[in-house]
Amino acid sequence: MSWRTIDRRTVAEEDLGPGLSTAAEDKIRAFLPRYPTKRAALLPALHIAQDAVGYVSLRAMRQIAELLELPPAAVMDVVSFYTHFWTHPKGRKTIVLCRSLTCELMGGGAVLAALEARLGIREHQTTPDGEYSLMTEECLAACEHAPCMLINEKLHKCVRVEDLDRILAEPANDKLDVARSNLFDAPTSDRRAP
Amino acid sequence: MPFERVLMKHVGVPNSTSLAVYQADGGYTGAARALRMKPDELVELVKQANLRGRGGAGFPAGLKWSFLPKDRKITYLCVNADESEPPTFCNRVLIDHDPHMLLEGILIAGYATRTTVAYIYLRGEFMEQFHVLQRALDEAYAAGYFGRNILGSGYDLECYIHRGAGAYICGEETGLIESLEGKRGWPRIKPPFPAVEGLFRQPTVVNNVETLACLPHLLTRGLEWWLGLGTANSKGPKMYCISGPVNRPGCYEAPLGITCRELIYGDDFGGGMRGGKKVKAVFPGGLSMGVLRGDLFPRAPAGTIDPRQDYDELDCVLDFDDVRKYDLLGLGTAAAVVVPEDADMRDVLVNVARFYALESCGQCTHCREGTTWMYKIAQRMRAGAGRLLDLDLLVEISQNMGMMPGMSICGLPDGAAWPVRTAVQKFRREFERRIAEQEPEAARRWTREVNRAAYELPVLQGRETTYVGGTFYQPP
Repeated sequence: MSWRTIDRRTVAEEDLGPGLSTAAEDKIRAFLPRYPTKRAALLPALHIAQDAVGYVSLRAMRQIAELLELPPAAVMDVVSFYTHFWTHPKGRKTIVLCRSLTCELMGGGAVLAALEARLGIREHQTTPDGEYSLMTEECLAACEHAPCMLINEKLHKCVRVEDLDRILAEPANDKLDVARSNLFDAPTSDRRAP
Repeated sequence: MPFERVLMKHVGVPNSTSLAVYQADGGYTGAARALRMKPDELVELVKQANLRGRGGAGFPAGLKWSFLPKDRKITYLCVNADESEPPTFCNRVLIDHDPHMLLEGILIAGYATRTTVAYIYLRGEFMEQFHVLQRALDEAYAAGYFGRNILGSGYDLECYIHRGAGAYICGEETGLIESLEGKRGWPRIKPPFPAVEGLFRQPTVVNNVETLACLPHLLTRGLEWWLGLGTANSKGPKMYCISGPVNRPGCYEAPLGITCRELIYGDDFGGGMRGGKKVKAVFPGGLSMGVLRGDLFPRAPAGTIDPRQDYDELDCVLDFDDVRKYDLLGLGTAAAVVVPEDADMRDVLVNVARFYALESCGQCTHCREGTTWMYKIAQRMRAGAGRLLDLDLLVEISQNMGMMPGMSICGLPDGAAWPVRTAVQKFRREFERRIAEQEPEAARRWTREVNRAAYELPVLQGRETTYVGGTFYQPP
């Protein structure tokens, strides 16, 4: 087998991270009839992977690549473009703080500083207990309620520094209270902590 | 005649997202009327109404539809719900309160363009809106407004929601198409325009949420009602957003053509500034469209408009034409953010420049490097190490990126250059004052912080340099 080269930098099997369950793969397959090409289901597939695994692991990327008949590099290419996808484990809840112009004028900077002090982490870090990850984003499109903060799915409006304790103490601070559609995208409950 | 709200008529109505409430108020009658017409008649109607796209560019929707090739087999409709322009939120309000109005608009536009599949590209952060819209879509499917043989007309339309994943550039129509195809959201070189070759290489129409939401009302209330609203070239109702330190921030519907002052101070709109402060600046159409001076400045002599003079510019009429007289790029999304008198324009400049530096997709060199460069300069000025030269440099950079000088594929760098250039030009006196107030040693400290190597070489060409009055000074 002299034509075969050995890639000594291939990621070790145990470093690939958790993979997708069969249920998650079925969920991805359910998206395929929506589009004329398989590749178009990539973004929904990545959303499903992030919901199921907690982040988009290398193993999940490979599985998605196989499902959608793409080179794994193409999947990674897309993952790295969108800020929503995490390529390393994140906390159970992700706090996304808006720092756009309106939120900054209305005191978003103070909220960010207070949040960093309270959680003891900086941006793009996770608390040691795996509960919260913190990141900032440009404009959550809720400027009339500035400054605003998104915890997983739930948008907290008009956040003031003195509200933070109350919001963080609430166990259901990331749950929406709207009636859900039970179609494909409903987030799965088997979300794992890192 | 008082203006009657149509786009926002269900805001505040209990359970307004359900089909029953929407139908009770005449919902889907516009679509039923449309389905009895011929598709070409509909295109003609929208052309006559001069319905200009509400997403930012203001391109007439009817004209866009008429570019589709006549002999096409497949047509796709993409609904642009990737609302990421700060500080815009009118699409969110619309989907939150009246998803069926959007769906009816999709049905009408789909029929007019003979679309077979419609995709709603919803931004990834809109989780609540996703569930609201998906439930509304389920209801509409169950009631026979989507699917096969809609309302017995023999027309088939499938509609799917496609969630984005946090990229501003996916609001650009070809970026959106690329993203829908499962690629990075890199805008394509035009031509071919999406109407000829777009999604999956088929003719594609991309329309904004608000544009589509206008369609049911155009059909039920008729062309005359429509043409009676607005100014000469800008017809119809528009959702204006106002945010920042005003008394009543929010989304308000008005006929096109209210002034910026009304939007901030009108009792029906913003309701004046909090604490009676004055307005220093206002970004009237989303950040990309540029900035206006507020009433901190003296009023201009009656009947004159000169953006080069330091006059109050709040009398700018927010329609598709008048904004250009004030050196703005366009109406944009008509979402205003107000900067109060006590804010530092250097902070505003950093925030604006940062947004574009982070959201540039990185395809075109001028945009990728230019936005980052402007961000660095803005940061330097905020750190108290600005130079007078920087102001000219910012203007020069901003004039050398974008589609207008022909340096880029999409309009993002134009949108990045415009607010920076107008902010520097219109508030130059403030920036100059801030630079004059800087401590003499600030530049050195800044250099030491960001670039140690430079600090290790304090001697330029063998002579000690000092920082005086904004420039590096070498004693003879």
